[in-house]
Amino acid sequence: MTVATTPRLRRLAGKLTSPLLPEDYLGLVNPLWATSELRGRVESVRWETADAATLEIRPGGAWAGHRPGQWVRIGIDINGVRHWRSYSISSAPSSATGGDRIAITVKAAGLVSEHLVRRVRPGTIIRLDQAAGEFVLPAEPPERVLFLTAGSGITPVMSMLRALARSAETMSGRFPDTVLVHSAPTRRDVIFGAELRRLAARTPNFRLHEQHTRTAGRLGPQELARLVSDLAQRSTWACGPTAMLDALSLDDLHVEHFRPPVPAATGDGGLVRFTTSAVDVRADGATPLLVAGEEAGALLPSGCRMGICFSCVGRLTSGRVRDLRTGEVHGEEGDIIQTCVSAAAGPCSIEL
Amino acid sequence: MSTTAVLFPADVEDFGRELDKIRDEVIGSLGEQDAKYIRGVIAMQRRLELGGRALLFASWLPPVWVAGTAALATAKILENMEIGHNVLHGQWDWMRDPKIHSMTWEWDFASPADQWKHSHNYIHHTWTNVLGKDRDIGYSAMRVSPEQRWYPIYLAQPLYNVLLALFFEYGIAVYDVELERIPTGEKSPKEALSQLRAIAGKVRRQIIKDYVAFPLVAGPCFLPVLLGNLTANLARNVWAHTIIFCGHFPEGAEVFTEDQLEDETRGDWYVRQLLGSCNIDGGPLLHLMSGNLSHQIEHHLFPDLPSNRYAEIAPRIRALCERFGLPYTSGSLTRQTRSVWKRILRLALPGPPTTPAG
Repeated sequence: MTVATTPRLRRLAGKLTSPLLPEDYLGLVNPLWATSELRGRVESVRWETADAATLEIRPGGAWAGHRPGQWVRIGIDINGVRHWRSYSISSAPSSATGGDRIAITVKAAGLVSEHLVRRVRPGTIIRLDQAAGEFVLPAEPPERVLFLTAGSGITPVMSMLRALARSAETMSGRFPDTVLVHSAPTRRDVIFGAELRRLAARTPNFRLHEQHTRTAGRLGPQELARLVSDLAQRSTWACGPTAMLDALSLDDLHVEHFRPPVPAATGDGGLVRFTTSAVDVRADGATPLLVAGEEAGALLPSGCRMGICFSCVGRLTSGRVRDLRTGEVHGEEGDIIQTCVSAAAGPCSIEL
Repeated sequence: MSTTAVLFPADVEDFGRELDKIRDEVIGSLGEQDAKYIRGVIAMQRRLELGGRALLFASWLPPVWVAGTAALATAKILENMEIGHNVLHGQWDWMRDPKIHSMTWEWDFASPADQWKHSHNYIHHTWTNVLGKDRDIGYSAMRVSPEQRWYPIYLAQPLYNVLLALFFEYGIAVYDVELERIPTGEKSPKEALSQLRAIAGKVRRQIIKDYVAFPLVAGPCFLPVLLGNLTANLARNVWAHTIIFCGHFPEGAEVFTEDQLEDETRGDWYVRQLLGSCNIDGGPLLHLMSGNLSHQIEHHLFPDLPSNRYAEIAPRIRALCERFGLPYTSGSLTRQTRSVWKRILRLALPGPPTTPAG
């Protein structure tokens, strides 16, 4: 550990391990000692509902912590192949004495999430990136807060609620006047249901409304206004499907979208050139550039694969691309494009 | 030129299609077990290296020196051959692990990875055994085919083949800079200079590590550690040279001329790769220590398939060759090495006349 922590020692040790890094050998003892590649160990997997589970992860020493509401990119090997996805962190940042674990809560849908929920066992080593995202509470929370969530959209908000609850308990902070309106098909589908109800029971300032859509239907703007009479005075953090978010027009709104990509447009395609990787591949007009590049062997940055996290962006150096969500053909030389939701509209090259 | 194999064009394409099928099958079945294999080899190689170097710190005892040096030499061979060479071929890129990827890998060899990938993966593997195109043929300085014109300088080739074996990594690194193309204007001196600088950087780092830093850390064992490291590097060089020369120069390996490349189809390419390569018979240990270049034929047919799969497809390739009446050259390490040296010694002298041999 000392070797990995002191830059000068590390440089000297590097002379003994060239062309590898000291951590490539230290990793034989403990894989979490890596600093060039942040890793984590899955400590536990706990079911939340019938199809969602919380994974508790111990990140390596280089983990810089997170703010409540942020997400983290997770890299996991499935059948030998590395896959990256982004997940909201559901745990509160660890207190000074509270250990160094993070939790992500994952709904089993899609290749990677299914794998994380159903097949990953404690002890599995995963890859991590530092936490990111602007869907966060300010250091000094506003007087009145509304959280508006649906399904697994509760996860980043859970991190915020846990942080608020802890600061109210331990640091004589106050719990702001908070309303949570959460939608889920049934009572049993509410992720963190029991914990939320307990928190509401013991926190006078926190009001919880569960909208069980299978029996009560979806939440409309009028119903929301009835539930939260002082809607206009509240700062709102909303996280859920686009349909829900679009239906509610609110002021002072912070939004995190969960939206699957819609491969709307097809057509052109062409020869795609990844200039840094020196990989050329012929891609059709419906395949994301990211997928085309990966299948051709390029090592490309990636994240959510939904057009959200911008981990996958690269500079367009020639040609144009089609946005798979809208079908719009766009792009000029120098534009930063998202490879996960863009397809080739004719021949193009990307600096990746 | 001894093109023993003559196939009708239709047969060549059938042969190619059968090979494509084998390739697709292997690619379709890559998974967890393969990933486990390469990670296992890498972990074993690193432990072996650490163990060897640790033993050398106690190398005032001669048996410990021998054990430490042997472990280090084995680790260096694995690092170059089963790991480095194959990772740089992109055999493991499908795992998308940036730590085991042809775009990020660097090895304990004087050739910088990017220079090697150009000269080896592209030039040698594309133009395998084509006279005037494949620079691996005798490394230009040697006469390994009767088709090459004889000059008196070739009288000395047995001697400089020994020198090449001992200093293989430096020889290859400098050779790949293609200094001979500067006078003809095909290469700019500036480009060559920047390549030589990169090589010098790698050589310097290896020298500091093996001949300065580790001996100094060993204190009183300075000299035995230095000698152990030197021996390990020389052993690795001689072994790599032996395996590589067994791949393309024993009796039976054919060379080709540039005009044979005209209108070459995928099937023709496969046949050329097959005829230009020779396997070495042996057990799993030989395959591992040769970086599976003992399956030189399979490697040249499918340079980017993971090396752990060559042994499994080799019997199928051999059967395919039998079916199409194509030669599949293989022999024991001693036989192939003897054959290589016989050729080098014989061709040091003028002749033999190049009537098409049967």
